[in-house]
Amino acid sequence: MAKVILWGSLKKAVGGKTELELDVSDVRELLDALGERYPKLGPQLDAGVSVSIDGTMVRDNLFVAIKPDSEVYVLPRMAGG
Amino acid sequence: MSLQTETETKRSFNQIGTRPVRPDGIDKVTGRARFGADMEMPGMLHGLVLRSPHPHAKVKSIDISRAAKLAGVKAIVTRDDFKMPKDKDLVDICANIMARDKVLYDGHAVAAVAATTKAIAREALKRIKVEYEILPHVTDVDEAMKPGAPILHKGMRTGGMDTKPRKDSNVVKRYKFGHGDVEKGFKQADIVIERSFKTAATHQGYIEPHACLASIGPDGQGDLWVCTQGHYMVRNVCAGLLGLDVSQLRVTASEIGGGFGGKTTVFIEPLALALSRKANRPVKMVMSRDEVFRATGPTSSTSMDVKIGATKDGRITAAHAELRFQGGAFAGSPVSMGAMTAFACYDLKNVQSIGYDVVTNRPKQAAYRAPGAPMAAFAVESVIDELASKLGMDGLEFRILNAAGEGTKSSYGPTFGPIGLKTTLEKAKSHAHNKAKLGKNQGRGIACGFWFNFAGNTCVSLNLQLDGTIALSVGTPDIGGSRASMSLMAAEELGVPYDKVRTIVADTASLGYNDVTDGSRTTFAAGLATIEAARDAIGKMCGRAAKVWGIPADAVKWENGYAKPAGPNAGAFKPMSMAEIAAIAHKTGGPIAGHYEINADGAGVSFATHIVDSEVDPETGRVTILRYTVLQDAGKAIHPDYVEGQYQGGAVQGIGWAINEEYIYGEDGRLQNAGFLDYRIPVASDLPMIDTVILEIPNPGHPYGVRGVGETSIVPPLAAIANSVSNAAGVRLTELPMSPPKVLKAIGEHNRA
Repeated sequence: MAKVILWGSLKKAVGGKTELELDVSDVRELLDALGERYPKLGPQLDAGVSVSIDGTMVRDNLFVAIKPDSEVYVLPRMAGG
Repeated sequence: MSLQTETETKRSFNQIGTRPVRPDGIDKVTGRARFGADMEMPGMLHGLVLRSPHPHAKVKSIDISRAAKLAGVKAIVTRDDFKMPKDKDLVDICANIMARDKVLYDGHAVAAVAATTKAIAREALKRIKVEYEILPHVTDVDEAMKPGAPILHKGMRTGGMDTKPRKDSNVVKRYKFGHGDVEKGFKQADIVIERSFKTAATHQGYIEPHACLASIGPDGQGDLWVCTQGHYMVRNVCAGLLGLDVSQLRVTASEIGGGFGGKTTVFIEPLALALSRKANRPVKMVMSRDEVFRATGPTSSTSMDVKIGATKDGRITAAHAELRFQGGAFAGSPVSMGAMTAFACYDLKNVQSIGYDVVTNRPKQAAYRAPGAPMAAFAVESVIDELASKLGMDGLEFRILNAAGEGTKSSYGPTFGPIGLKTTLEKAKSHAHNKAKLGKNQGRGIACGFWFNFAGNTCVSLNLQLDGTIALSVGTPDIGGSRASMSLMAAEELGVPYDKVRTIVADTASLGYNDVTDGSRTTFAAGLATIEAARDAIGKMCGRAAKVWGIPADAVKWENGYAKPAGPNAGAFKPMSMAEIAAIAHKTGGPIAGHYEINADGAGVSFATHIVDSEVDPETGRVTILRYTVLQDAGKAIHPDYVEGQYQGGAVQGIGWAINEEYIYGEDGRLQNAGFLDYRIPVASDLPMIDTVILEIPNPGHPYGVRGVGETSIVPPLAAIANSVSNAAGVRLTELPMSPPKVLKAIGEHNRA
């Protein structure tokens, strides 16, 4: 089970906890699982998020692997200048 | 996919790290380079924009009848010509390029005209009658957050709050990051410092104004020549706003006279296309400097509170920041990134940062190098400096003691891999600058900075020409020397001289989608794609040699520009050069090209430490920057001239931001200083030589170890200069810019106290 941590402002949308344990093997499964379990996250997921997997930032790639012991952070979508 | 290529840290390079002449150099110094405003077409019209003089007003009516009757006027567009798009990502862009029911800032477009001459277009603008109902306005971030402030958008409720808001607000969203228990951490501290800070909105200050030439024929095929950081983005957005098929609009990026993030969106381009479609003639539009200031995207102005606690022995126990950024008239200030980066330089057990994205009656902010990070670093690094001073510790030692390293859980969450912050601090400590003596009224400041760096969608094509030279096509506009860097990486892989590779920025019809040149991504992502495209071509060239020699392809190796038998068992054949392989390509299977397409991940984060000396004139409050040194991790410097240029450029823009630049709004909500005479950017005579130290801690996500370098360099300057000026003036400066009146006021108040 990968440890998935959401940024603080999403706490309410996931029932008061920002650390979740999810049985997911890639980014697509992660986003699907979040959307299904926590419908209130829908607008934020639709608006786009960044996902950090073991320190590597992933923006859109659905098929980047998530290992059972991966550290996963869901963060706001970011852009540079 | 993620490219998990093992970094070739031990590889010795032949060309990477050298400093060849830039391929666009002669054109740029002789005036031959074609920028946005340099293109012309037969029958071309000139487009101009009518802009609101009011910061906030209902647009009750727009009467274009008198303007339309003027001889020479060929098309006029207003809000009626832009249907609100269904794509939610385009809604705010549509309302920004042309006001809908309300104008939301001084300079907001309300109509655009295309005429045979600029003079006629100007006259036509005067004949357009707009009836406004003026509304109360707000331009200050703290004022905009207060209950009772004029509300810009009906129905806007703050997102990200613990309880559901019941009233409309100018606060778009709250962001929250961090870990640990900050209250507990502050209780463990022997000393706690809490300060409030403000920074003014600043403009990227690119010398070339926005410019474009648009042409759409009656068949719906369109062409757009434009000065931009991302022509694929321009194509997609314009096609969406105008209801065009993406494939029918071909966009070519001109040379660019600076962008720094400000050219990552559209302003006049959809207007030029709409006018061209209506007039059935090409339409050229070039912004004036006044328009650039009033109606493009400066960065946010901010208001921030930072509190940090530490033990007597210098360990930080807790850190908290509340950041309030106004992003102009629409959602999207970079406060989330400010909040994420604020404490990223430190290894903290208890940390929290909260950000509020706020709308005001100002132009919608656009990205500006490391969006959000410089302001947050200004506040945090000022308090860090003050803490070190109160603890009687050297500022560098205090930072080294608390610095993030490999394995640190970052303040925004993810655990850091190999990073170079401590190396920059150690090098700063031993640098001659840090040991130099200071004179009267002079002070030294240091500060650290962090930026994420990004990667993204990238396509590259590498074509072997008949004579064995290389044409390399990339889709990322060259805003900082990337053509030279791409040529170097292709030449290195192929084993040919640098000048045998010509790199161009291809138009949108020639390559697949490329993300904007932003986020310090291009040398990383386009470079990675270039290396892989070269390897693809090498594979094909080895295959052709194998065919000629009648041996298996895997029995051929590539070495220093030649296909060679891989070993004695492969047979004795005379190595074939690229020119020899190219010369017979038509007889061995046809043209040879290498391609690579990727949505890259793995851009390594980057850190910098800056040292600056300044002198404050106690009578006038004028600040003079005396000496400046940038120490930054580049991962691997492909072309060190450009890496140094990025370091220097970031420092210089930071100097302007710190001591002079600011958007000044009057009580009437109008911008008071929309020109370079009154908006003072640094010029060469204001500056010392910016010394640079390139450190190379390889990024494992790139074949050569590259990290982005374009943005990190603007993160520390605001804080480093504020620390320097505060030390020189003997009083803590907490508001930017540190212009003479502010410095004098701070000195006066300090002396009176």
